[in-house]
Amino acid sequence: MSPWGNISWRLWRVWARNAAVYMRTWRINFLPPLAEPALYIWAFGAGLGGMVGRMAVGGNFVGYAAYIAPGLIAASVMWQAFYENTYASFVRMYYQKTFDAMLATPLSLEDVITAEVLWGASKSLAGTMLMSLVVAAFGFIRFPEGLWLAPLSFLGGLAFACPGMWITAKTPSVENFNLPVFLFITPMFLVSGAFFPVEGLPGWAVILAKVLPLYHLTRACRWACLGGSGLEALTSAAYLALFAGIFYFMAVRAMRKRLIN
Amino acid sequence: MREKESAAPAIIEAQGLVKSFAGAAVVDGLSFCVPSGRIFGILGPNGAGKTTTIRMVYGFSPKSQGLLRVFGLDIDTRWREIRSRIGVCQQDNTLDPDLTVEKNLLVFASYFSMPRAEAKVRTEELLDFFALKERKDSDVRELSGGLARRLMLARALINQPELLILDEPTSGLDPQSRNQVWDRLLTLRAQGITILLTTHYMDEAATLCDDILIMDHGRELVRGTPAELIARHVGQVVLELVEPDQQARDLVTASSLTYDDLGRRLLVYASSFEDLELLGERLGNRRRVARPSTLEDVFLRLTGRELR
Repeated sequence: MSPWGNISWRLWRVWARNAAVYMRTWRINFLPPLAEPALYIWAFGAGLGGMVGRMAVGGNFVGYAAYIAPGLIAASVMWQAFYENTYASFVRMYYQKTFDAMLATPLSLEDVITAEVLWGASKSLAGTMLMSLVVAAFGFIRFPEGLWLAPLSFLGGLAFACPGMWITAKTPSVENFNLPVFLFITPMFLVSGAFFPVEGLPGWAVILAKVLPLYHLTRACRWACLGGSGLEALTSAAYLALFAGIFYFMAVRAMRKRLIN
Repeated sequence: MREKESAAPAIIEAQGLVKSFAGAAVVDGLSFCVPSGRIFGILGPNGAGKTTTIRMVYGFSPKSQGLLRVFGLDIDTRWREIRSRIGVCQQDNTLDPDLTVEKNLLVFASYFSMPRAEAKVRTEELLDFFALKERKDSDVRELSGGLARRLMLARALINQPELLILDEPTSGLDPQSRNQVWDRLLTLRAQGITILLTTHYMDEAATLCDDILIMDHGRELVRGTPAELIARHVGQVVLELVEPDQQARDLVTASSLTYDDLGRRLLVYASSFEDLELLGERLGNRRRVARPSTLEDVFLRLTGRELR
């Protein structure tokens, strides 16, 4: 069944509800995206950077700290959206029964789920904006191409929000989220190309890395920050859109099965 | 009865309503009409299908079979319009713990696309009506059961609904809070709002409901006003015998009155206290109490006494 017929503009009210809750504690929410990149860049740049030397990006050579900065942005996008639409959405759905209350109003299930993933992606975007301030202050983002980080973060956010929502629809209890984090998120972080070029890995690992969305988000973010192949970035963006789209439909279907009976 | 129903505009009209889960019918051919401006109560033991029924009425659970119209609109196709005109107070506390008391109302109003200014006015009114004004900035997690329930009711009324749906509106509340809720519900009925409710409390049903439907195993057992149901099924008075001996049992059996033998207690139903006089004399000084019969007698008579 297509979700389109059940989608209305009202879904932005659900988005606005989440945004209002987020802004209530903005001081706490804004801190990690500001502090984390500074810490990583300092530790990796100063500590590891001296040993690694300079890295090749699209024919240019950059310092190690500059090399990992786009990967850190991509990882933050992943964490923000995935966390939001797994743990946080699950709490709203299961413990707070927020979805049940919404489904007694003119909101449809599709409105609620769509708003949730759009919110997850918005959180990724907000995180990227904050992080970019720090990364740009180090001079690791070129402009104006660096502005592409904003739409890329939103798109990348969706590519993690939608599978997150699908897992939420399937998971029996909140502890079960440790499993996808352990099996999906953490390994993806390591082979995403944030810290070293994926091409150096054994063949099977390269294929695995390229199937996973974080590799593509890292590649696209690195292009926006440092340059390189625009076509590769575009291909990666298209892959992220496809990945998000497939999991969006799966999430809506699984949520319908779980909540509406 | 039929004529009266068709003359008044029906707010809810259900015919042959069926809801199956994995092939098992939880609601199995239910038909009822809720006329405008009345309080209609659905009663039944746990698992009778009450909550499933009202979930179908507010378009949460899709029905498996049958016809269901609210305000004359088909629930399957016009659910969004229907939901914009009803208020629902679910059984569980579904208040938004991330928001304050006042914000709960304002944010909920936004789901109905209510303009901000109007939502503000309506929120003020409702905080007043439910005596929640002092708590408007409170964290909803800090509210007592009674206050939380009042806020749930206030939230259900935010869109000025024509129909209010309440799933066990007073379960878990102390007597004071229950009476407060009842008082508000009767005021709302006086304002012309139609109410559909489920309850486990027979005194609540007797106090509030104009019409009652008792259901079990997904089907209707009986329907009528509380007075009608009492008169029809358990007469006007009940004689309750405590720890009856065999001789008392024989006397009751011989009296040709209707009775239920519950082992430790024996209930004898009659249409007046006079009808019980003869039996009372014969029973001598055995422990007993004669009292007016209640809806609870009807309920237990019809749905059985076993635990489930």
